[in-house]
Amino acid sequence: MRQLTCREVALGYEGKAIVEDLNFHVDKGDYLCIVGENGSGKSTLMKTLLNLKKPLRGALELDASLSHKMIGYLPQQTIVQKDFPASVREIVLSGCLNRGGIRPFYSKAEKEAARSNMEKMGILPLEKRCYRELSGGQQQRVLLARALSATREVLLLDEPVAGLDPKVTKEMYELIGKLNREEGITIIMVSHDIAAAVRYASHILHIGRKPLFFGKTADYLQTPIGKAFAEMGGEQE
Amino acid sequence: MSELIYRFQYYFSMPMVQYAMVVGVLIALCSSLLGVPLVLKRFSFIGDGLSHVAFGALAIATVLKITNDMLLILPITIITAILLLQAGQNTKIKGDAAVAMISVGALAIGYLLISVFSESANISGDVCSTLFGSTQILTLTVTDVWMCAGMSVLVLLLFALFYRQIFAVTFDESFAAATGVRANLYNLLIAVITAIVIVLAMNLVGSLLISALVIFPALSAMRVFKNFKAVILCSALISVLASALGILLSLLGTPVGPTIVAVDIAVFLIFTLIGKIFGGKVA
Repeated sequence: MRQLTCREVALGYEGKAIVEDLNFHVDKGDYLCIVGENGSGKSTLMKTLLNLKKPLRGALELDASLSHKMIGYLPQQTIVQKDFPASVREIVLSGCLNRGGIRPFYSKAEKEAARSNMEKMGILPLEKRCYRELSGGQQQRVLLARALSATREVLLLDEPVAGLDPKVTKEMYELIGKLNREEGITIIMVSHDIAAAVRYASHILHIGRKPLFFGKTADYLQTPIGKAFAEMGGEQE
Repeated sequence: MSELIYRFQYYFSMPMVQYAMVVGVLIALCSSLLGVPLVLKRFSFIGDGLSHVAFGALAIATVLKITNDMLLILPITIITAILLLQAGQNTKIKGDAAVAMISVGALAIGYLLISVFSESANISGDVCSTLFGSTQILTLTVTDVWMCAGMSVLVLLLFALFYRQIFAVTFDESFAAATGVRANLYNLLIAVITAIVIVLAMNLVGSLLISALVIFPALSAMRVFKNFKAVILCSALISVLASALGILLSLLGTPVGPTIVAVDIAVFLIFTLIGKIFGGKVA
């Protein structure tokens, strides 16, 4: 089932395009990795996908059965969060907020959902701990659990392994892959880690240089840039 | 000692002292609740800026001889708060510079207006009491008390109803917006509440000291507690007790505003110490 279609989209700031002629689509259960150099417009594309920004031209269409409330998001960490006094549970619960309702508290079902998401991410024992005292990997798991509380359909991840050490990075990728395979959640990830992208993703979107590439990961490895990458030994890493 | 207790008993039999206590505690409660999201959002200085705007508005009201000056001060402060909190990210002049600019600008123009147009015999006395609170709180009328109580209840209700949303936009605004929570609306709500609290607090501690009422209880609570709810509750409790104690002490002859702030500072030092000693072992 097609979930998202991007047609002839141009992105940029104040009328100046960074990316043009962007065409791609995402089906249910896809694992799309958006790669490109710094400044190639990855973050701008992310903001546009999240409906926080309008494209300069073209159209980004969600399938009729989806709304922006069904998209979960794993943002990059902000400075505010570094010293924020909040428990793991409070943060994961806050993901349920978009389920609506004018009650000034969370319902039983929402608390149950938050609990099961913490369990899936293996952070249930940390439930009462303070967020700012956790390790980088644990913090990402908390934010992932929050994103799951907000969606059952699509997860957008913005550089999910930035600043994590290699072991934790691998665990994080495996966790995301598991969500994709076992829960059927569509993954759209922005990353500059091409090695991980070709290993885990089913589709690649390479932006920032011409020609833009969009397609299956296997096809990406046949393109000049993909080949160059494979020859560097990136595939075996 | 018994003489001191007798003296307090005597003071408390006076309606104006009772009014001062009620109003003081309500204002302290509101400002401390609001302080937590403001401090965490890095908007600590907004209270300062807005209070100076409120002072400027008061000056205009005095010059225009408007009897109910709240009608002018409140809208002006609310509009400024919305402009500062909303446009903070996108304007040419960045957040802190904008606050500083508006803050000193309003203060200077306000004093200028009062000096030129006021017919009062004791201009510097008037200005001093507006800036530092002084004895103003003991001259409250019944109308003032009811108005203050009404506003406080409004602030408390809004805060309780939208507690979850306030948490969400404070912790991670872009996540909230991206997942369909109307983050801008709730930022607007925080801005409006901030303005109301500032205008209320002006009566209690004067416009130069309002920031203390907003930030000290929140900062103290954050030294010791590590989840949002506990920080909010602790902050409210600290603020209420510190203000009550401050008002009590001020009956012995010190100015109200600075006394309350002094108590808040003492509490902050104590909580910092507790935080250091227990090293985060408290809930």
